[in-house]
Amino acid sequence: MQFARVIGTLVATRKVAGLEGVKFLIVQPLDKYRRPLGEPLVAADGTAQAGPGELVFIIGIREAALALPETFVPVDHAIVGIVDQVDVR
Amino acid sequence: MYIGRVCGTVVATIKNELYVGRKLLVVDRLDLEGRPTARYDIAVDVVQAGVGDRVLVLDEGNSARQIVGREPDGAIRAVIVGIVDEVEIGD
Repeated sequence: MQFARVIGTLVATRKVAGLEGVKFLIVQPLDKYRRPLGEPLVAADGTAQAGPGELVFIIGIREAALALPETFVPVDHAIVGIVDQVDVR
Repeated sequence: MYIGRVCGTVVATIKNELYVGRKLLVVDRLDLEGRPTARYDIAVDVVQAGVGDRVLVLDEGNSARQIVGREPDGAIRAVIVGIVDEVEIGD
């Protein structure tokens, strides 16, 4: 899992079957010091409670779908937690 | 699996239920000389590792789910599975 900052939201009315009800957010992946790292991406919100501005952690690949209520869905990144506190040296 | 060094801790109240009651640590991936690389993971700890420890990190979902007893549907991948005592690399 990696840190990411939620920087936006995404709505898609027409989408592939299986993505109904999935909440999408635009996130900027971060390094361990929470500096931007790489390109922003679209992640499904596995917490259902994340919003713009929040520091979250994301999981990728097959495990992303497993973070959602319906686990056999086509997603590649998901938010699995909202960070309260980080202590990194 | 890779060798890492624990460099920090993460606290999160709102999170996937699988992480409730488990410790989340930030781990730097190390190169063969033991230096931190730019890569890191937020990993679940199951061996009571602490900041500064050199650890063995598993980053594969099926194995991770096996470790926490959550097959086949746990959203978990990176797990600290050992504390490294010694590494010897041949010439």
